[in-house]
Amino acid sequence: MRIDCDIHPGLEGTRATLLPYLDAHWQEQVTSRGIDGLDLTSYPTTMPLSCRPDWRPERGKPGSNFALLKAQALDGLGASYAICNVLYGAQAAFDPYLAAAFCRAINDWIAAEWLAREPRLRASIVVPMQAPDLAVEEIERLAGDRRFVAVLVLVQGETLLGRRHFWPVYAAAERHRLPIAVHSGSQYRTAPSSIGWPSYRLEYYIAEAQAHQAQLLSLILEGVFGKFPGLKVVMMESGVSWLPAFMWRANKTWKGVRVEVPWVDRPPADIMRDHVRLTTQPFDAPPAQADVERLIEQIGSERMLLYASDYPHWQFDGDCAIPQGFPASLVTRMCRDNPLETFARLEAPA
Amino acid sequence: MATRAQSTRWGEAMVRHVVATTSEIAPGGNKVVTVAGREIVVFHVNGEFFALRNRCPHEGAPLAKAACVAHLKSDEPGRFQRSRVGEMLRCAWHGWEFDMRTGQSFCDPLRVRARAYAVAVEAGETLAKGPYVAETFPVTVEERYVLIDI
Amino acid sequence: MADVLERADAQGAAAVTAQDKLKVIDCDIHPSLHARADLYPFLAKRWQHHLETYGGHLRTPFTSTTPYPRSSPLLARRDAWPPSGGPPGSNLAFMRQQHLDPINIEFGMLQVLDLLVVSQQNQEFGSALQRAINDWQLECWSRPEPRLKPSILVSQDHVEAAVAEIERCAATGNYVQVNISPRANEPLGRRRYWPLYAAAQAANLPLGIHVGGYGGHAPTGGGWPSYYNEEHHSNAHSMAAQLTSLIIEGVPERFPRLKFVFIEGGFGWVPAISWRMDKHWQRFRDEVPHVRRPPSETVRERFWFTTQPIEEPEHAGDLRAVIEWIGVDRLLFSSDYPHWDYDDAHSAFKIPLTDAERRKIFNGNARAVYALG
Repeated sequence: MRIDCDIHPGLEGTRATLLPYLDAHWQEQVTSRGIDGLDLTSYPTTMPLSCRPDWRPERGKPGSNFALLKAQALDGLGASYAICNVLYGAQAAFDPYLAAAFCRAINDWIAAEWLAREPRLRASIVVPMQAPDLAVEEIERLAGDRRFVAVLVLVQGETLLGRRHFWPVYAAAERHRLPIAVHSGSQYRTAPSSIGWPSYRLEYYIAEAQAHQAQLLSLILEGVFGKFPGLKVVMMESGVSWLPAFMWRANKTWKGVRVEVPWVDRPPADIMRDHVRLTTQPFDAPPAQADVERLIEQIGSERMLLYASDYPHWQFDGDCAIPQGFPASLVTRMCRDNPLETFARLEAPA
Repeated sequence: MATRAQSTRWGEAMVRHVVATTSEIAPGGNKVVTVAGREIVVFHVNGEFFALRNRCPHEGAPLAKAACVAHLKSDEPGRFQRSRVGEMLRCAWHGWEFDMRTGQSFCDPLRVRARAYAVAVEAGETLAKGPYVAETFPVTVEERYVLIDI
Repeated sequence: MADVLERADAQGAAAVTAQDKLKVIDCDIHPSLHARADLYPFLAKRWQHHLETYGGHLRTPFTSTTPYPRSSPLLARRDAWPPSGGPPGSNLAFMRQQHLDPINIEFGMLQVLDLLVVSQQNQEFGSALQRAINDWQLECWSRPEPRLKPSILVSQDHVEAAVAEIERCAATGNYVQVNISPRANEPLGRRRYWPLYAAAQAANLPLGIHVGGYGGHAPTGGGWPSYYNEEHHSNAHSMAAQLTSLIIEGVPERFPRLKFVFIEGGFGWVPAISWRMDKHWQRFRDEVPHVRRPPSETVRERFWFTTQPIEEPEHAGDLRAVIEWIGVDRLLFSSDYPHWDYDDAHSAFKIPLTDAERRKIFNGNARAVYALG
């Protein structure tokens, strides 16, 4: 069994795709005000990373063709299940009610036109984190549909994910056994890092790894995992290889300034091993295979990694998305056991 | 109170050293002494005396310069549960926390600790009688003294 | 338990023996002002008045402290307060007694954080301050104590004044590097800073980038953290981002003789960012055609990293892998004296080092980078 924890069905546009899933008010707003084009700056559809050339449809956005996705992501890469993470940027709008309405529409669209047509597909619930209470509403609305297996947020939002005002979202997610999928991508509220706004998309993309780390620190140090012991968080499309050095530094700082956060009652690295998972594409690998093995050992747990292709993003060539040099025992775990343990609803009857 | 139990170990290899009068170390304060070639810091807190090697096991900072703080725990973000005020040391350099009583570190109590020494408090009268090693420490019967077992 | 202590003690003892014989070059020492007035001999009356009234103007809510309270008063080791008074780092005699002499320091590179010259919004004031601080370093620290080497501290966002100051100070022949902040208005690779790099290169001085500063941006891409635990860690992220910016913008190619020293960011993060830059450069090559080589090659030739705060892996031996991945030639020992997260030259490294490695990390690498002869 191979469970692909991160694929991206593409959405053609608000008018082209989501109109049937909006209520009368928002349909009128969209059509009369020309509200459309919420493709994220993080992933312009035409840039090479956004779609591997042999996966790019002749017409339409990357990942938007159902038949192609089936043939390529599911059959071609050998997925028993695949989790759909829609990156159309409803979460990034400022108007919370627009964001909430569009998130609802995205979720209804993915359910009706993808999950209903292909039993191997699952999805993350897209939520408007700019209004946490509305995010909770959306989680509650879809909690009964077992095909939704996670809650999706972007790694670069307005405030760090550990903050108290997000806790009702985690309470709802924990209650319904939904991990939080924190995916690369930005609401562009602040610069991608403390140094300011980069010139190049390459710099921006590289900085996503640091954003993932900052979010993990926030979640851990604000005490989210103590408060919600059943909660898991999945860092998606993060690059992974930063993990061991990050764990060491997090432990080091905590040992010295624990008094600031005494509710963090064990080393951050231990908390991560229990609560944090990472998808394996891209994997920013050391050049030598022996070093890949050393890095995996340094992570200190075979439970943290989750297989993913990141389809249709261009992270690898060929039809094997498993990073080179991963030990066989890890590969088995990350393709099957770890995803099943993390996405507890995945194999539950619909 | 200080370690009466250890006093029965007199006669084993441990040697007792008089290091201070009780009155010379103010509550909340400490005194650094050199005993048998080791630099040791003696703390006075909450009516008791504790002794640790004056060297943090992390990178060697002098524990005599540590901040003496409460034992701090929390079961809920934003709540701060204090006890044993003044009995925890936050090392002067990296802030690692050690229990004055046992030398155990807070963050890794099984594997990281400062060396702790058994401490006793004896009256000058008793010391004047018994065969304790007073070294160069002048003893009078009116005072009470802090002793360390090494 | 006793085993752990004794093993550490034994390792420490062996290290001390080897260390005793080695003169150390410390690439990060922080002298501080005893009082504002210490600067006055180097500061015009107009700016003395300004300092006493309007003071510094920084993008942070408090006039005299950080919104992320530190681990200890003034960010310092609790034992570093000079007995005769003044803040940690303000007394040369005490610095000699507590740090320079016992650690057997051959040279120490000065890094001045007082008054945060690098982040002053009032650019004329910032220029006056930087001149004063650079003069103060030389007159009050380096001249009486030749082991201490001053750095040309400049406010990078006032580029013209920075260039003038680099030229002024470099002409004296006494300064060992140009110092800027990684929290500037824009990423340091951006073109507006290139004249500054030209000046540093022309002066044959390395560019030292020391953590800290208020650049007006949130410390993370997800917003503002709540805790010092997070903010302290974000220094490593800032450094990773600046490494990326400088390389992706092509600064090392444009200034082929310029060396870059990253100070007080540690080094554990370096391998993964190098791998990440290499991997994704492949995919974005036509966005950045001026980046002609894998970024990691440039890291290995032109960038150095001071060792403090030293990485502390859960299994101490893993530090060996990190050093191999970065290359032992890239590491420059630093203490960060008198700050709380100070690294002691004898005890910081918890793995055995060969004599050759020890000589490089604690002396030879810095000697070469800073041309100390």
